[in-house]
Amino acid sequence: MKPGMKLKSAVDDAEFMVIKGSGLVVECGGAPMSDQKPAAPAAIDSSFAGGTQIGKRYVDEAGTVELLCVKAGKGSLAIGGVALNVKEAKPLPSSD
Amino acid sequence: MNLSLILQMAADAEPERVGLVCDGTRWTYAALMRAARGAATNIKASGCTHVALLDESSEASAIALFGAAIAGVPYVPLNYRLADADLAGLLGRIAPAYIIGDVERVQRLNSEGGHTVLPRAEFVAKAEKAAPMEEEEEGEGVAVQLFTSGTTAAPKAALLRHANLLSYILGTVEFASASPEEGAVVSVPPYHIAGISALLSSIYSMRRILLLPAFDPDAWLALASGERATNAFVVPTMLGRIIGRIDAGVKADLASLRAIAYGGGRMPLELIERALDLFPNAGFTNAYGLTETSSTIALLGPEEHREAHASKEPAVRARLASVGKPLPTVEIEIRDEEGRQLPAGESGEIYVRGDQVSGEYRERSALIADGWFPTRDAGYIDAEGYLFLSGRADDVIVRGGENMSPGEIEDVLMSHPAIADAAAIGVPSVEWGEAVGVAIVIRPGHSAPSDDEIRTLIKGRLRSSRVPERIAVMEALPYNEMGKLLRRELRTALST
Repeated sequence: MKPGMKLKSAVDDAEFMVIKGSGLVVECGGAPMSDQKPAAPAAIDSSFAGGTQIGKRYVDEAGTVELLCVKAGKGSLAIGGVALNVKEAKPLPSSD
Repeated sequence: MNLSLILQMAADAEPERVGLVCDGTRWTYAALMRAARGAATNIKASGCTHVALLDESSEASAIALFGAAIAGVPYVPLNYRLADADLAGLLGRIAPAYIIGDVERVQRLNSEGGHTVLPRAEFVAKAEKAAPMEEEEEGEGVAVQLFTSGTTAAPKAALLRHANLLSYILGTVEFASASPEEGAVVSVPPYHIAGISALLSSIYSMRRILLLPAFDPDAWLALASGERATNAFVVPTMLGRIIGRIDAGVKADLASLRAIAYGGGRMPLELIERALDLFPNAGFTNAYGLTETSSTIALLGPEEHREAHASKEPAVRARLASVGKPLPTVEIEIRDEEGRQLPAGESGEIYVRGDQVSGEYRERSALIADGWFPTRDAGYIDAEGYLFLSGRADDVIVRGGENMSPGEIEDVLMSHPAIADAAAIGVPSVEWGEAVGVAIVIRPGHSAPSDDEIRTLIKGRLRSSRVPERIAVMEALPYNEMGKLLRRELRTALST
């Protein structure tokens, strides 16, 4: 993966745009994501079934990875089994 | 990455929510997305190298912007107010283009360009009928190309990449953060960066766009009250004209208005103070940005406005004249003529760096080492980190080696009750190389102050080097349609 790339979930229709991070494998619903959707969906791991929300940004603890959810799904995100968290938005006043 | 992601996400999240209102027609996000994908098919089939808009704002500006993005072709909204000769030059530079709008003018001015030209209604109807283009193309990666106003030489073609614009939106706007009743009046021209960023920000936040085809203060008031607008972006000239109509007794219920953002030119202190009093419940945001930076790079927020307005502390009060602090996603530095970074409080040229900064023209990139963009705007950052502009680097008056910003002189002139508008520029001086010249416009019903009175006023508030050598009274100062003062024209007028 690299910034600008779209990662597709193997367990459902979820899609994520890579904002930050390179060369890592991110799992959705327990299954690794790639830029290609598998022909048949993989089974979702029930420990990673919290779901993702469109427009939310997901980051790892170290801040090396940031993914924007562009299509929501039932799986939740992790790297090597360590869950990613929703990035807290710091709201700016609308300037245009 | 493709800019169309912004509209696609809104259409996926709430397809039936109204995203744009123009001339009484309401467009849902799904309908806009459908039309954009159809437009992309037609754009691609035309074999064009650019998609141009030669028209006022309408749903076609949004459909063309996203349709071009999907087709991987740069979108080039053109200034329809340009004189024939200037427009002909630009049409030649984007040929062959897919052009929406003024068919007659394109055919008359650039018939040899091989353009595909459609009137607005036909463009929209064909876009709705065409098979939707499903896969986005990146093309050369340029989403928008804007011609600069080019007062000295041929206009430059500033390029904004998908990555620049997306970085700006994703870095400043939270997706779907607007509640369903929110609507923003968009009245800036479609060919200005603020017109592009207004569409993108509003759609990503899912704030309904209330599109005014062309600015007119009465139409603005009618739209804002009729649609119960909650947000608006204005250039200072527009705000002045809107307040002028309210003062003249035009009735409009603006109680729903809670956020007014402004930018694009210098805001007179008197006008912003007046607006803060007139709209006590609205949050004001001053946005500073350039075409080459994908819009806003610094902003002064609502709390800072109210704090400055209410304060007795001169340093806090002065912040009303500031453009605020840099966005968290960009870096700003002030540098001297040799490119050395200057400390707080010292005036120099504003440099900016960040993913949203393109600094790129069709002809060349203006970025220097490490991705910094020299803006040619002059200013300083105070000890608290607030950025103050002092005009274009080229506008600074240099009198006998001393640099003076026109703004400080203009603010003093504007404090005179008989002066409605004022500008300070450098005029040739045998003794000093350059000296201060001022042009003033007299408020109706007042008589012009004497030259001595003006000189005494300035001497009482600023260093004596700021006292003008030349004073001219004018009917009106020359502005372009975005409210930018045409200093070059003034310089000519005052130098003869």
